[in-house]
Amino acid sequence: MKTFYKKFSEKFIEGLLMLSGTITSLTVVLIVFFLFKEGLGVFDKKPVEEGYVIALSKSNPLKTLSSEQIKNIYDQKITHWSEIGGKPDSIILFRAEDISNFYSDEEIGENFEGLSTCINRLVDSLPDIIAFFPKKYLAKDFKGHELTVDKVSLKEFFGGKEWFPTAQPSAQLGVLPLILGTLWVSLGAILLALPLGLAAAIFMSEIAKDNVRRIMKPLIELLAGIPSVVYGFFGLVIIVPLIQKTFNLPVGETGLAGSIILGIMALPTIITISEDAMRNTPRAMKEASLALGASKWQTIYKVVIPYSISGISAGAILGIGRAIGETMAVLMVTGNAAVIPHSILEPVRTIPATIAAELGEAPNGGLHYQALFALGCILFLITLFINLAVEFISNRKQHNKH
Amino acid sequence: MKSKVLIIALSLYTGISVAQKIKGSDTVLPLSQKEAESYMKENKSAKITVTGGGSGVGLAALVDNTTDIAMSSRKIKMDEKMKLQDAGRAYKETIIAYDALSVIVNPANKVTQLTREQLEGIYTGKIKNWKEVGGDDLQIVVYSRESSSGTYEFFKEHVMNKKNYASSVLNMPATGAIVQSVSQTKGAIGYIGLAYMEKEVKALKVSYDKGKTYIAPSMATAKDRTYPIVRPLYYYYLTTVEKTVKPFIDYILSAEGQKTVETVGYVPLTK
Repeated sequence: MKTFYKKFSEKFIEGLLMLSGTITSLTVVLIVFFLFKEGLGVFDKKPVEEGYVIALSKSNPLKTLSSEQIKNIYDQKITHWSEIGGKPDSIILFRAEDISNFYSDEEIGENFEGLSTCINRLVDSLPDIIAFFPKKYLAKDFKGHELTVDKVSLKEFFGGKEWFPTAQPSAQLGVLPLILGTLWVSLGAILLALPLGLAAAIFMSEIAKDNVRRIMKPLIELLAGIPSVVYGFFGLVIIVPLIQKTFNLPVGETGLAGSIILGIMALPTIITISEDAMRNTPRAMKEASLALGASKWQTIYKVVIPYSISGISAGAILGIGRAIGETMAVLMVTGNAAVIPHSILEPVRTIPATIAAELGEAPNGGLHYQALFALGCILFLITLFINLAVEFISNRKQHNKH
Repeated sequence: MKSKVLIIALSLYTGISVAQKIKGSDTVLPLSQKEAESYMKENKSAKITVTGGGSGVGLAALVDNTTDIAMSSRKIKMDEKMKLQDAGRAYKETIIAYDALSVIVNPANKVTQLTREQLEGIYTGKIKNWKEVGGDDLQIVVYSRESSSGTYEFFKEHVMNKKNYASSVLNMPATGAIVQSVSQTKGAIGYIGLAYMEKEVKALKVSYDKGKTYIAPSMATAKDRTYPIVRPLYYYYLTTVEKTVKPFIDYILSAEGQKTVETVGYVPLTK
């Protein structure tokens, strides 16, 4: 009977453990599935807001325009049809709310009953017009022609250089500046944090006396407990003006400010994990090395680091992961201008900052919303790629050892 | 014992019946909270919960019917309107207050006034140096709010003539961050709500008639509408809950409620 209970409880615990394992993996799979389901939807949408049409006069030979051309027309950067392969006349811009410049209130009607007729007449009478108005005011016998706008293409999305997801009439969804911004800032953070973190870890595990270590370790771990908004404020008030003065820049909100803040934030992860790994080096191995006449530094370099390389790389991955995914601190110090950065001393906009700043106001399920999810997918793939790369490298190292 | 339970149940029931949820714009949030507080002080049975999240979040909640009132610092968008229509929900719109935007620069900047056309040029990236608008030879560093903010949309519509911002414009997540950055950057320009004005930055006079008259932003000029950059703040609610939300909205529109509007730093409706 006793053995039965024992067996039963063991089975029960086993089941419980398996269950939690399954739940965790299932959650990950579900999140990824949800992310990609929403994100990929962006390629099934048109950049023009749903429920609106862009129309041209019948006599206009143009049938289709790219999203970028539409934006430049409405920003008055393109002012003549000839610039995009049409007639040499200047473009007349029209939005539904401009109708009162052309027709009287009586003609339009109190509840816009006459609006569709007015738009219809207007488009018919002005051959150089481009009209942007709600679809429900498209008359049944519309005399102009509706402009066909292509769906958001992969090339436009990944190669586009402009990020104006809320632009009207046509949203610009070029994520290239955001991807480059994220990579720039993360790369800078790792270049700053990795050497510093490794040095501190080596110092703490091998060189520092016990009482020094006892003070240093909790201090460094405390660094991990500071909320990221606090880092952001610190960056905005201290580091940004410092960078501005040091490099004599017109503006201090730069990629470098983000890198420094992220570097500081990644430090505790890198230090704690690699220090733990180094301290796990068997005493016998170290003593053997010293007994063979190796100096302290040679022992660290030839024995301790190779032995703990997998722990060190794990620390580095987690550090990079934190750097790439960090939102709030970056949002506050990098300036968030969506331009392709040419140096680290320019404002950049990162993917996490974009998602955090914009998701709150993006209409649920709309183009902008899905574009932000697509950005989430890109971020996920970047981290996945880094994790796989580091795993591959540390695996190979282990093979070499044996 | 039984009667006690009954009383508790009854009070719970009545409590629930007048509970209202308000959700949406972070700009309107402090105002709604203040109004709700003073309203609940007067009407003990009323229960109002106010949460932020952004204008879009509030309007999406209205579509899902998870809020009674959606607060918004911008007008409802076409596709949100259509979603409400698809869901078969009729809504009503009320303007509860106005908010004035001040254009701010670093106090060391000698420019004191700009026309709307110059502001448009600066924010679309056509004007890049302060000497083009009568200042020192200094690069203009343009600060804006994030595109999610209703303030961003409003500025684009009313100051930039619906043109898009230049890509190089720096987007800040909060009004406080704009004030901080403008105060420490010599060539900076930014825009903030009147309520957030600080001594560390300088407000510019703005002209909407091509430089004939320049008006400085203040509560007085915003109230008499001589200051041009003023935007309405909205409440949206479904007609089905009109009965429950009406008393609260009426309270905000009353003289007492409008006084609260001014103490929070927004511009009251003038009749």
